Amino acid sequence: MTISAENLTWKIGQTTIVDSVSLKAEPGKMLGLLGPNGSGKSSLLRLLAGLRKAHSGTVTLDGKDLRTIKRNAIARRVALVEQHANTESNVKVRDVVKLGRIPHHPPLGGWTKADDEVVDGALARVGMSDRHEQYWQSLSGGERQRVHIARALAQAPTEMLLDEPTNHLDIQHQIELLRLISDISLTSIIAIHDLNHAAMFCDHLVVLQKGRVVAHGTPEAVLTEDLLRDVFRVEARIVTSPHHGKPHIHYLR
Amino acid sequence: MTTLKRHFGEQAGLGLFLLLSTVLLLVAVAAGTGIGEMSIPLDTTFFAVTNKFGWTGIELDPIHQSVIWDYRLSRALVAACCGAGLALCGAILQSLLRNALAEPYVLGVSAGASTGAVSIMILGFGSGAITLSAGAFVGAFASFIFVALLSDGARAGAGKTILAGVAASQLFNALTSYIVSTSGNAQQARDVMFWLLGSFGGVRWPEFQLALAVVVVGFLVCMYFAKALDAFAFGDDAAASLGIPVNAVRVILFAVTALLTATIVSMVGSIGFVGLVVPHAARFIVGPSHMRLLPTCLVSGAIFMVVADIVSRTILPQQVLPIGVVTALVGVPFFSVILYRSQRAK
Repeated sequence: MTISAENLTWKIGQTTIVDSVSLKAEPGKMLGLLGPNGSGKSSLLRLLAGLRKAHSGTVTLDGKDLRTIKRNAIARRVALVEQHANTESNVKVRDVVKLGRIPHHPPLGGWTKADDEVVDGALARVGMSDRHEQYWQSLSGGERQRVHIARALAQAPTEMLLDEPTNHLDIQHQIELLRLISDISLTSIIAIHDLNHAAMFCDHLVVLQKGRVVAHGTPEAVLTEDLLRDVFRVEARIVTSPHHGKPHIHYLR
Repeated sequence: MTTLKRHFGEQAGLGLFLLLSTVLLLVAVAAGTGIGEMSIPLDTTFFAVTNKFGWTGIELDPIHQSVIWDYRLSRALVAACCGAGLALCGAILQSLLRNALAEPYVLGVSAGASTGAVSIMILGFGSGAITLSAGAFVGAFASFIFVALLSDGARAGAGKTILAGVAASQLFNALTSYIVSTSGNAQQARDVMFWLLGSFGGVRWPEFQLALAVVVVGFLVCMYFAKALDAFAFGDDAAASLGIPVNAVRVILFAVTALLTATIVSMVGSIGFVGLVVPHAARFIVGPSHMRLLPTCLVSGAIFMVVADIVSRTILPQQVLPIGVVTALVGVPFFSVILYRSQRAK
């Protein structure tokens, strides 16, 4: 058991952003959230993280209603990597990653050697160990994203929610990051735009259109030429890759 | 360097820095007590203080004794408390609102205090039953509540809170001007200046006790939330996803800043710039972590204000400059240097 959503609906004013969405993450698996811009992926992730209150429906964590779980108990389980989280404050890389340990301490609780080890490990995993003293303002967009991932790892979560984490990364770091997330033994839900990457790395996919789930299942079952035409408005052919055995999409126009 | 060593080194460095600045603060308070219009010998100053503590029993001119103890020392200590409190408020608001321009007056608190004071001074509200300070306090809180309602308890976002604060300042400043220009005479208009530019002229020991209590309580509450404040660096959602009860923390800390500012403003009038400058300077010295930043703000704000008060009393013979004039005149060049150096450091 892990995160699941039952009939989630969330509105801004009169506009329905997330429309009776139900989904279930599989423990230890990577669930990809697909959908065009404005299809409600980011909003759904925030609902799943408990940052927004759904107008109707429930989010459950291990079968327990998320609303009944304390904020910092949620934060010890669920980490969120936002899309454009930035700061004016001139923090160092290490300070940002250290934020991930906040839910594990009482407000005045002390920092221990074990915390340092977790932080060092998280930095190493995203390849930022040698730059931990660098200032945030001096990092590139991709480096900042990796620091955010390290901060999320430092939370030692069992569930990780990621909002388009590969956005600012070069292709090497995109692949590295997706491999990292699919390799570590945590449940992840990841909003992603690159359909070929989704097919390669995700175990399951959920496709959103105008806030509704229009398809869900394995990449092989979900990614069809009809779906690409209907939802993403592209003409494409889908073949099974001879290299990795997953679906591969050739865009025609 | 191992991580443990580095950690220890950081703590030791901060400890040393705070120790040195506390010594500097004591020196500043001593200077504030020793320097003044009436020239009193250094040993007389010293004995006037030790006499009161009961450590010495030396016969002194009662006027000297009174000037040192009742006037200068209490004034220097109130200045220290006010500087510490305003700097603390600035640091908290800048972090909570994620805006480098935020300071206590962004909530319109000083404007509200002025209106409150003027209502009592000129319109005679409460017919003597309410003191001027109480009126200022009520005005300060009224303005704070106005801002809280307008920005939906700060839920509407940092930008809106600042806009609401600007609106509140405009409204209450307009009310103050309206009252003064329609009902006040020239003398009253001069008295109003006190609330607009600040003065430590009227403060004695009771004010110090109140200011000390409020600043100590405020500081402890803020330190309790120091880590939560760190988590706000990347915005509300980031803080919430780290387990911070964002709305509760925000309401509590806004209330603390409003209480601190209202108390200070009702006592000494509105003194600008300290809340803005000191936190930036402190961040430049000890970095953005609030466990280090808040104590640093407390001590450096206190030093800044005590020194500013000395300058305001001594720069012109036979005349005391409004303290707000000094903090701005000293603060702006100081701030420019910091801004310049921090840009170079990037």
